Amino acid sequence: MAITSDVLVVGGGLAGITAALSTAREGADVRLVSHKQSTLQQASGLVDALGYVPPTDTGSDPGETPTAGRTGVRDRPDPEGPLADPFGAIDRLPVDHPYRLVGADALREGLELFDETVAGYRGAHTDRNALVPTFGGTVKPTARYPAATAAGLASDDRPMLVVGFRSLTEFDARQVAERLSAAGVPFPVTGAEVAFPAAFRDDAKITRFARALDLDEPVDGTPARRALADAVAPHLDAADGGAARVGFPAFLGDDAAPAVRAELADRLGVNVFEIPTGPPSLPGLRLADRLYEALDAAGVRYETGVPVVGRELADGGGDATGGHVDTLLVDRKGTRVPYAADAVVLATGGLVGKGIDSDRDGVYEPVLGCHVPHPAERYEWYVDDAFGDQPYARFGVRADERLRPLDADGEVQFPNVRVAGATLGGADVAREKSASGVSLATGLVAGREAAAEAAR
Amino acid sequence: MTRTTDVLVVGGGSTGCGIARDVAMRGVDVTLVEKGNLTHGTTGRMHGLLHSGGRYAVSDQASARECVEENFVLRDIATHCVEETGGLFVKRPEDTEAYFEEKLEGCRACDIPAEVLSAAEAREREPYLATDIDRAIAVPDAAIDPFRLCVANAAAAENYGGEVVTHAEVTDVLVEAGEVVGVEVRHGDGPRKASTDVGSTERITADHVVNATGAWAGQLGAMAGVDIEVRPSKGVMTVMNTRQVDTVVNRCQPKGDADIVVPHETACILGTTDEEVDDPEDYPEERWEVDLMVEELAELVPILREARTLRSFWGVRPLYEPPGTGTEDPTDITRDFFLLDHADRDGLPGMTSIVGGKLTTYRMMAEDIVDHVCGKLGVRAGCRTADEPLPGSEDVGDLHERMDEFGLRSPVSRRSAQRLGSRTETVLDTPGPNPTVCNCEAVTRAEVRDAIDDAGRDLNAVRLRTRAAMGTCQGGFCCHRLAAELEPDFTAEEARASLDELYQERWKGQRHALWGEQLSQAMLNHMLHATTMNRDGDPARLDGDVAFGEFDDGTGTPASEAAGESTVADGGPGAGTTGEGDGWR
Ligand SMILES: Cc1cc2nc3c(=O)[nH]c(=O)nc-3n(C[C@H](O)[C@H](O)[C@H](O)COP(=O)(O)OP(=O)(O)OC[C@H]3O[C@@H](n4cnc5c(N)ncnc54)[C@H](O)[C@@H]3O)c2cc1C
Ligand SMILES: Cc1cc2nc3c(=O)[nH]c(=O)nc-3n(C[C@H](O)[C@H](O)[C@H](O)COP(=O)(O)OP(=O)(O)OC[C@H]3O[C@@H](n4cnc5c(N)ncnc54)[C@H](O)[C@@H]3O)c2cc1C
Repeated sequence: MAITSDVLVVGGGLAGITAALSTAREGADVRLVSHKQSTLQQASGLVDALGYVPPTDTGSDPGETPTAGRTGVRDRPDPEGPLADPFGAIDRLPVDHPYRLVGADALREGLELFDETVAGYRGAHTDRNALVPTFGGTVKPTARYPAATAAGLASDDRPMLVVGFRSLTEFDARQVAERLSAAGVPFPVTGAEVAFPAAFRDDAKITRFARALDLDEPVDGTPARRALADAVAPHLDAADGGAARVGFPAFLGDDAAPAVRAELADRLGVNVFEIPTGPPSLPGLRLADRLYEALDAAGVRYETGVPVVGRELADGGGDATGGHVDTLLVDRKGTRVPYAADAVVLATGGLVGKGIDSDRDGVYEPVLGCHVPHPAERYEWYVDDAFGDQPYARFGVRADERLRPLDADGEVQFPNVRVAGATLGGADVAREKSASGVSLATGLVAGREAAAEAAR
Repeated sequence: MTRTTDVLVVGGGSTGCGIARDVAMRGVDVTLVEKGNLTHGTTGRMHGLLHSGGRYAVSDQASARECVEENFVLRDIATHCVEETGGLFVKRPEDTEAYFEEKLEGCRACDIPAEVLSAAEAREREPYLATDIDRAIAVPDAAIDPFRLCVANAAAAENYGGEVVTHAEVTDVLVEAGEVVGVEVRHGDGPRKASTDVGSTERITADHVVNATGAWAGQLGAMAGVDIEVRPSKGVMTVMNTRQVDTVVNRCQPKGDADIVVPHETACILGTTDEEVDDPEDYPEERWEVDLMVEELAELVPILREARTLRSFWGVRPLYEPPGTGTEDPTDITRDFFLLDHADRDGLPGMTSIVGGKLTTYRMMAEDIVDHVCGKLGVRAGCRTADEPLPGSEDVGDLHERMDEFGLRSPVSRRSAQRLGSRTETVLDTPGPNPTVCNCEAVTRAEVRDAIDDAGRDLNAVRLRTRAAMGTCQGGFCCHRLAAELEPDFTAEEARASLDELYQERWKGQRHALWGEQLSQAMLNHMLHATTMNRDGDPARLDGDVAFGEFDDGTGTPASEAAGESTVADGGPGAGTTGEGDGWR
């Protein structure tokens, strides 16, 4: 017997969860299945909507991306941005961009859904982007940011101190401060590298620091939070005029993060904020926790650790390359369990998590077999400049305005499927700074559409 | 600017570095100039096989004898550059018995220790060999690290009073009264470069010029007005993510592309092809070459078919043949080296060129040419390069115990120790924490800092010295960490420029293997560097100024949540700021 629901969402990243919340909000009965952890464990926890319109010469046919885009690094044209208004520039994105399919209003609604369901985020009070400091020493436009990041905004003119730790190699605080100054930030900023805490092993992971702070474990006899404040305090005056806020690598606690920040702010007498770093990323993990709490609160049933490994089409079309998807086969500890649904949301992610996969012969979508346009010649998947207009960055399933996947001829391939998030092609989310926004906007529309499809 | 030296060596590959060391050890004044960094040429793009001679045992026995002799010398003097892997010539059913026998006899004739193994015995050594192989010959092939080898030779030359000047391109060979009297170099930017040098030109006069520019020898010859017929031939090598084999695995067949796998540190390198090209610096890098590598070698080691390819790179062999030989197929051109005495050959005294050869025999080649040059200069001192160990190669025995001494976890220490040889203690004994900077290759801060001391802000040079950024992530997770180590010796702007150079160079190598895992990794790296760090949109580098005032400054959030006033717990329902409450929870 198949496990049934009106809508089945495949993928437990930001897009899948948004789609599930959106479906539930329409009153449909929804289930979510996901294989592994999503890319949130690697992500910064920032919710970018649209920060730049990068220069592109992507033609309308993604299967024929010209190698002519192979410009050298020096010739790289500037992008348009950083954009203070993420909505206004959507019309200037390529026509097949997911934002162009679903429109600026879908982005607004997606952000609203996020604001209403996810705790601990800021930025909803304005339509404007915020500029946040990154661990690369740049500032980056983003639409929503964790409360832990709030005191770090670059449009706030209070003097800033950035601290780094000698045993963490991810960044050097002095370099970050110098780079921020070079970006022209409207406040004095200094960096200090602090030796703390001697008791930790040289290769302690960021999660190890977070746990010590969560539990306020004694380090060398002093409770961790106090020891950390003591190590940083002498550097406060180094900032011109005295720092009013201090940025730390994002390790200030996990479960007890607000309390950790509060205590540090209290002891130091200044605001405290976090600068997100690379994987494993606590702000990303915290966001994942908040999202799963939101699923619980909305009563959505979900299972993780269960990959979808096959599909069955109506009319028994086993080998067919398109049609109505009746059943998905889910691998539960080695057994293939059928899940039946009226509508399916495919939100299995992009190249990072292999929701879009490739081999030497081509690029494909492994779960349903959705068409993924790409140049036949593998050497046209990239250009020479690492930060250039990379064709591979836009790989993914193409969809119509209702987010139904399209086949090679531009016809709807699976009528009861909706595609969301990084599985969709056409965006270069990294250069645009649009990753989470695309997931929210398309997740919202896909969920709503799937609910309507199921009701049909 | 001018300077004078007795012997001027052009080229900082294995040949040039070996020559510089040999000259310096004979007490003669020597200066080496190299247009890029050390190993910039073929030496930095070779397969890393320390030949036992087995590969040439049938076709070119003179080379085979030289190889086996030098193989044993290098094991002694360059312990820290060599990994004694052993090698196998594996016969598949479709390879002929006759050739197998010829190979075996050839090895014996050249004094290459060779032992026949049954299929079962061979698979006991290398469990991933194909199940249908016939048998194999075991020979003393080994893996050699060309980067460490060159750096060690250059260090030795300097220890003996020589000078090594990198990022100095010879732009002209000075000929006066029918004799070569020196060269003109143009100084570029690079590590160990005084800023006053950059962009300047300098005349270096010398009693004798040695042209050790490998595939570029013809270009240097042209500057002196002599013809040197180098026939550059390219070959591809493909780096796999793990060490699928621990032994060098060769196919036992007469000749062919894609017939050898060499294990290196944590990876394996497949090779190679042989295609003549016109220009050693500008030749096509073709996809079929990479595909061929994997397809062919999977016949010997089937799991290669499923394995993850990290990157591919190409190198150009500086093959030479005397005028008039006219060999059609580059695989038939001899691997031997040639000493061209331009006084005899072209009536142009003052310069000698050395072309062809192999890395394995670099020391012997150097000995030959330095004997020749010393003859010209009337210097009597003999060659001692085979007797004295290279810097860092003495006493590797007790390295494993040092591990604990430095409080390092085993894989890190073991690998650091292998990389650093006897310098381990000096390098790792640093004040302050010594965290791992590159996780894939387990390179610690002390090693990175040591390399920076030597190489300056050129992170590609740091990478070559330490192997940092050479592992599975291809630098995605550690390029920026390496750049962070440039503080405080370099400005943040310099560190940024170095990071960009390193990141772009790592990208260049990955592109040829951009599918599957590697494409997935590339996207992850792209997300980390462009999304999280916004390195591509850094306002400091874009033309316009940022209107900071137009962005959210945090004001306007409800009072209790205003920027930074996070002394209230920020979890819990309703923390969203729409004010409509938490209807959705
Ligand atoms: C390094 C990094 C940094 C980032 N930084 C930011 C940032 O600063 N700002 C920002 O806005 N965004 C950022 N992002 C982007 C963001 O985290 C998401 O990647 C993006 O929103 C896409 O989400 P998704 O839900 O479509 O895909 P994913 O997060 O990839 O989720 C896909 C899910 O589908 C599951 N799945 C895959 N195949 C199957 C299957 N067969 N069966 C069942 N489940 C399956 C996966 O296990 C996974 O849980 C970053 C991402 C990365 C990788
Ligand atoms: C694909 C391939 C695989 C190989 N595998 C092996 C192997 O496994 N084992 C082995 O023993 N051998 C191998 N070899 C051969 C070996 O790599 C070479 O023989 C050896 O590295 C040549 O060293 P070299 O110093 O002569 O030349 P190079 O390393 O090319 O050095 C010449 C140097 O001269 C410099 N130069 C050029 N012009 C100028 C100028 N105008 N001014 C200043 N400097 C200049 C260049 O930048 C370069 O660094 C391989 C070769 C190839 C191509």
